[in-house]
Amino acid sequence: MHILLVDDEEEFVVTVAERLNMRGIDADWATSADDALAMAREKDYDLAVLDVKLPRTSGLELRERLARDNPRMKFIFLTGHGSAEDYRVGAAGAAHYLGKPVSLQVLIEKMHETLGVKEG
Amino acid sequence: MSLIDKFRPAFLSQREYVDGPFKYHLDFRRIWKWTIVLTAVVALVPLIAITVIDYQVTQQSIASEIQLRSLRVTSNIKQTLYFFLTERRAALDFVIHTNSFESLVDAGRLADILENLKKGFGGFVDLGVIDRRGVQLAYAGPYDLRGKDYSRQRWFGKVQEKGIYISNVFLGYRNTPHMVVAVKSAFPGGGFFVLRATLDTERVNQVLQSLELCGNGDAFIINQQGVLQTPSRFHGDVLEHLALSVPPAAEKTEVYEDVEPSGDPIFVGYAYISDTPFILMIVQQKKLLMAPWHKTRMELIGFLVASVTVILLVIFGVATYLVNNMYRVDQKRLEAFHQVEYANKMASLGRLAAGVAHEINNPLAIINEKAGLIQDIFTFGTRYVDANKLSRQVEAILESVSRCGAITRRLLRFARHMDVSLEAIDLREIVEEVLGFLGKEAEYRCIQLKVDVDDDIPPLESDRGKLQQIFLNLFNNAFAAMQDGGRLEITARRKGRDHVVVKVADNGCGIAEDDLNRVFEPFFSTKQQDCGTGLGLSITYGLVKELGGAIEVESRVGEGTVFTITLPLKREKNRDDATCIT
Repeated sequence: MHILLVDDEEEFVVTVAERLNMRGIDADWATSADDALAMAREKDYDLAVLDVKLPRTSGLELRERLARDNPRMKFIFLTGHGSAEDYRVGAAGAAHYLGKPVSLQVLIEKMHETLGVKEG
Repeated sequence: MSLIDKFRPAFLSQREYVDGPFKYHLDFRRIWKWTIVLTAVVALVPLIAITVIDYQVTQQSIASEIQLRSLRVTSNIKQTLYFFLTERRAALDFVIHTNSFESLVDAGRLADILENLKKGFGGFVDLGVIDRRGVQLAYAGPYDLRGKDYSRQRWFGKVQEKGIYISNVFLGYRNTPHMVVAVKSAFPGGGFFVLRATLDTERVNQVLQSLELCGNGDAFIINQQGVLQTPSRFHGDVLEHLALSVPPAAEKTEVYEDVEPSGDPIFVGYAYISDTPFILMIVQQKKLLMAPWHKTRMELIGFLVASVTVILLVIFGVATYLVNNMYRVDQKRLEAFHQVEYANKMASLGRLAAGVAHEINNPLAIINEKAGLIQDIFTFGTRYVDANKLSRQVEAILESVSRCGAITRRLLRFARHMDVSLEAIDLREIVEEVLGFLGKEAEYRCIQLKVDVDDDIPPLESDRGKLQQIFLNLFNNAFAAMQDGGRLEITARRKGRDHVVVKVADNGCGIAEDDLNRVFEPFFSTKQQDCGTGLGLSITYGLVKELGGAIEVESRVGEGTVFTITLPLKREKNRDDATCIT
C-alpha cells in the first residue's frame, strides 16, 4: 500500500508519514502540488491524502491532476477549514473528508476502508 | 388590562431612547400633540370668529329693530295725542273767531256752544269767557263760576302773552283729572278777551291704556317736572312724581335705554308734544323685548358647542389613528433593522469563529501528530524504561487535543451553517449541539439538563442556522432566569402529521403577568439596562415566524417559564424565503 501525503505544514506531514511508516505503511510526503505531481510520476501510489488548501494550487485541483495521471488512485481529504462548498465538490470524488486534527487510528481506518483492505 | 389600556394607542407608551443605536427619530407624542393643537386652532378659530361676529350682528340688528318699533309706536301715539289736543284747541279757536264777544257772553249762547262741543268732540267739561281784567263774564258748566277773577293766576298772564295756554293736569272740583285750554281773541280796536275750556283727560287715559304694547309696555304722559299726567300701569298714579328721570328736550321722538329703580333694564321711548307741557313716555322691559334674541342666542351657542365638540372629536380620533399607524410602521422598520443588524452580527461572529478554528486546527494537528509520534516511539521502541509514565502524559496531551478539536469542529459547524438554508435536520442533534455551547456553564452552575425528544420525529426540513439561533436564545434566556442548581427541560413531540412541538421549560424566576404580553416586543427587557438589548425574544419570534412556526409563552412568577415552539416538518414551497445572511 503506497500512500502519498500532501500538506503545506511540513511538520505535520512529516510526522504523519513517519508514524504510518512505523506501522508498516509505505507513506511519502510532499508540501506542494508540484512536488506531489513529480513524486506521483516516479511512483505508483494507491492513495493520496490531500489538504484542501495548498499554496497556489488547491487540493481539489491537485486531485484532478493526480487522477488524470493515475486513474486508479484513491483520495482522502484532510482539512482544517471545511467550507460547505469544498465539501460538496470534494465529496463527489473523494472517499473521505476528514477534519484536522484527526486521530491517526481514524485515518488508517479510513485508508483501509477506501482501499478495500481488511485491517489486519 | 383595563378598558382604557385596551384603547390606549401604543405610541403613548413609547419609551424614551435618547441615546444609542435604538434612538427613535420621531417623538410621536409630540407629533400627536401638535397635530391636534394646530388642526384644532385652524379649524376652530374661524368658526368661533364667525360665530362671535354673527352673535354681535344679530344682537345689534334685533336691538335696533326693537328700538325702531318702539320709536314708531311712540311716534304714532304722539300723533294721536297731538291731534286730540290740536283738535280741541282748533275748536276753541273756531268758536272764538266765529262768535262775537257779545254773543259769547250771552249765557244761553255759551251753553249751546258747550253742548255742541261736547257732542262734536267730547272731553269738554265747561266753558268760560274772561275779559281783559281777568273776570269771568260768562260761564257754562257744572259750577257757578261767573264773576270769578283770574287776573292773578299765572295762566292768564301766559295766555295774554302767547294767545294760547294749555295747563298741566290737575284735580278739579269733582276730584277727577282735568286740564285747561285757553285761547285769546283781540278786538280790532285794542283790548282782548279769553275763552277758557276745561277738558276731561279721561279720553286721553282711555287711548293710552287701551294700547297693547309688548314687553310689559307702559304708556303715560308726564309734564316737564316729572309729574304723571295720566295714570300708568307700573309707574304710579296720576299726579304722582315719576321715579324715572325726565328725558332731555327733543324735537323728534327718541328712544333710549335706562334702568328701573328696581334694577331692570328698560327701553324708554318719549316725545315732547309741541305747544304743550306734556311728554309722552313709553316704557318697555328690555328683557321681555329681547326674548327672541335670547332664543336665537341659545341656538347659536348650542350650535357652536356641538360643532366644536364634533370637530375636536374628529381631530382627536384622526390624529390618534394616523400617528399610531406611523408609530407601528416605524416600529416595524426598527424591528427589521435590528433583525438585520443582529443577523449580520451573528454572521460575522460565525466568520470569526471559523477563521479562529481554522487557524487553530493546523497547529493542533501538528501537536496531535507529534504527541502521537512520541507515543509511537514508546510503543514501537524499547529504549525507554519509563515508557509507561511518559506514555500517560502523552495520552493526556492527545486527549486535550481531541477536546480542542471537538470545540473547533463545533465552531466550524456553527459558522458553516450560517450560509446553508434548507436541509434535513435531526432535532435531537441540533438541540444537543446548541446545549454543547452551554454545557460548561451548566456544569459549573449545577444546572440539570434534560433532553427528551421522541424517536418518531422525522428529520426536520428547516434552516439549521435559524434553528440554532432560536434554541440558543431560548436556552440563554432560561440560563439567565435560573438560579444555580436549576433545571432545564427540553421536550419534543410530534403533533399531527406535519408539525413538531418543542417545549423549553425552566424553573427560573418566571415572568410577571403584565410583562407576559410584551416579551416578544422589540426592546422589551426585564434585565438590567446594560444586560441586553431586549431584542433576543423578538428576534426569536421573528425567526420562528420565518420558519413558518409559532411561539407561545406561559409563565408563573417564582415557578418558571415554558416556551412552546411549533414547527412544520416540511417547509411550504411558496414560503421558500430563506435568505442568505452571510
